[in-house]
Amino acid sequence: MTLWKPDPTFYPSPRDAAEAPPEKLAYVAAFDRSAQRPDALAVLDTDPASPAYGTVVGWTDLPHTGDELHHFGWNACSSALCPYAPHPHVERRYLIVPGLRSSRIYVYDTKDRVSPELVKVIEPEELGKRAGYSRPHTVHCGPEGLYVSALGGYGDDGPGGIAILDHNSFEVLGRWEVDRGPQYLAYDFWWHINHDVLVTSEWGTPSMVEDGVVGELLLGRKYGHKIHFWDLRKRRHVQEVDLGDQHQMTLELRPAHDPTKTYGFVGVVTSVEDLSASVWVWHRDVRHGDGSRWAAEKVITIPAEPASPDDLPDVLKPFGAVPPLVTDIDLSVDDQRLYVSCWGTGELKQYDVSDPFKPVELGSVRLGGIVRRQAHPAAPDERLAGGPQMVEVSRDGRRVYVTNSLYGAWDDQFYPDGVGAWMAKIDTESFTLDERFFPHGDDFRGLRPHQTRLQGGDASSDSYCYP
Amino acid sequence: MTLTAVILLGAFHGINPAMGWLFAVARGLQERSRDLLLQSLPVIALGHLVSVALVVAVVSATGSLVTATALAIGAGVVLVGFGLWHLLARRHFRWVGMRLSLPQLAAWSFLMSSVHGAGLMLLPVLTRMPAGHHGHALSGGMLVAGVHTLAMFLTATVVAVVVYEFLGVAVLRRAWFNLDRMWAFALVGAGVITLVGAV
Repeated sequence: MTLWKPDPTFYPSPRDAAEAPPEKLAYVAAFDRSAQRPDALAVLDTDPASPAYGTVVGWTDLPHTGDELHHFGWNACSSALCPYAPHPHVERRYLIVPGLRSSRIYVYDTKDRVSPELVKVIEPEELGKRAGYSRPHTVHCGPEGLYVSALGGYGDDGPGGIAILDHNSFEVLGRWEVDRGPQYLAYDFWWHINHDVLVTSEWGTPSMVEDGVVGELLLGRKYGHKIHFWDLRKRRHVQEVDLGDQHQMTLELRPAHDPTKTYGFVGVVTSVEDLSASVWVWHRDVRHGDGSRWAAEKVITIPAEPASPDDLPDVLKPFGAVPPLVTDIDLSVDDQRLYVSCWGTGELKQYDVSDPFKPVELGSVRLGGIVRRQAHPAAPDERLAGGPQMVEVSRDGRRVYVTNSLYGAWDDQFYPDGVGAWMAKIDTESFTLDERFFPHGDDFRGLRPHQTRLQGGDASSDSYCYP
Repeated sequence: MTLTAVILLGAFHGINPAMGWLFAVARGLQERSRDLLLQSLPVIALGHLVSVALVVAVVSATGSLVTATALAIGAGVVLVGFGLWHLLARRHFRWVGMRLSLPQLAAWSFLMSSVHGAGLMLLPVLTRMPAGHHGHALSGGMLVAGVHTLAMFLTATVVAVVVYEFLGVAVLRRAWFNLDRMWAFALVGAGVITLVGAV
């Protein structure tokens, strides 16, 4: 467990991390919608020189059913090199895998094996009694241990928040927040580590999401529309920034990797005014003050696409349009490119964000979509359901991986004839699909793929303390 | 001989990234300011000095109450115990926060040095210093602490400036050996030697 030299996958700065060797494996969380069979971790071969390239080479079934795997993360990452509490001789070895529906958290060992091996199960009661939370979601390795956000309260719908787990024993240590202020809804979180700032976003409580999107709540503007800023050291709420209640579901947070910077991007799923989706940049407000307050502004708007009601699922028939549904965004490690998933229209967009306030669209790849059902060039006759959803960028920024499932109940609403199962890879230079990499259908054994994690780290796994 | 050991121990603490020079470099990089780096180092050394001086004060107070042999045995037991704890406990120092004032940085350095057991390694030296007048033991011990800290400060400054100006922090990937583990072995070894010398 303790090494003599730092884990080779830890990089002091994002510049160093961008030089990292290409990943040879990708881990994908896959879940069984019927909850009859166990969910699984699928392992994909991502080495183009390997005969098994683009295929499932490892598979680990979970010990239980009904977990609904969603997001997951590593036990340790480059933040272990941070100077104030260094622990550089631990290994990036374990995947911390929460069940979003079951509230169990699994710890899987990936060292010296292809298919991960279970080493620990944290039961929902431990998370609930020690931290007061349920429905664990995002995992980040950080200065105090492992941080895990959660959508729900324990025995209660909310508030959601963040729990802390011990780095080594993976015991739940407790609730992170000392003072949560007005924050009630939770979803994603990350930080500006060198500024002692933590940022959180909002989706909804378990009752608002687990049986699908609730039309009255959406039109009543009840889903999350704020982001929150916290003092990472004092664990206190500092400020909320409301994007406006028409902007429903502020989901993924992607702060700049450069630790001297204090901006980041947040994706909004949909506006109830026109079904458009948007991406916002948050930043310290120097125009209206001394920079101690935070502000956010919309920098990307993606409009809905008109469609015949006959082609639309019931949930969208009244609107006569397909919403883009920006469900995930990802920022390259060098902070130069932002990738935006439009799960409704079936599109992945690439933006130049070297000026974060003026993104420039560079390219777009169409795949799936509620109406379009765009096929993959590797299987041109198969109409694809689902769309680019979870997006992960390799450390060197050359490859992007997408999977197609959002969340069980929501898949069924927007793709009622079945969301299918597929994963695709895009080469960022040409921004085209790799025809050799298209695991789909039976490759996932009837499960739906969600988040991808790349061996050694990726663009949304590590934080860096040195510019 | 003992003075050489004191200076070498100081240099060892100076070289260890976890004991402060890396924090000074990070602060300098964050603000693109070598001045901030150079301001941070004396403050870090001060925190280290207080941690070491505390050990000197305790030894000197204890030494005035018990025999030299008892003091040496006590010191040996503490060293072995602390070393074993470092080897076996899998906890690491927890401090959250990067944006520190200089007094907070001194407090950080004091805590880091204390958790590390920086001053404990001086126990063999301190327990072998000529007993007798309590005041002499204290001033002699403080001299040892001062020399040790000066060696630590000078080493840390050289390493920090070289990394900041020339090498870059990427050197950490190759050169950050697990000094904590070596240190834990050294604590146990020093404790055993002290015990053997005492009986």
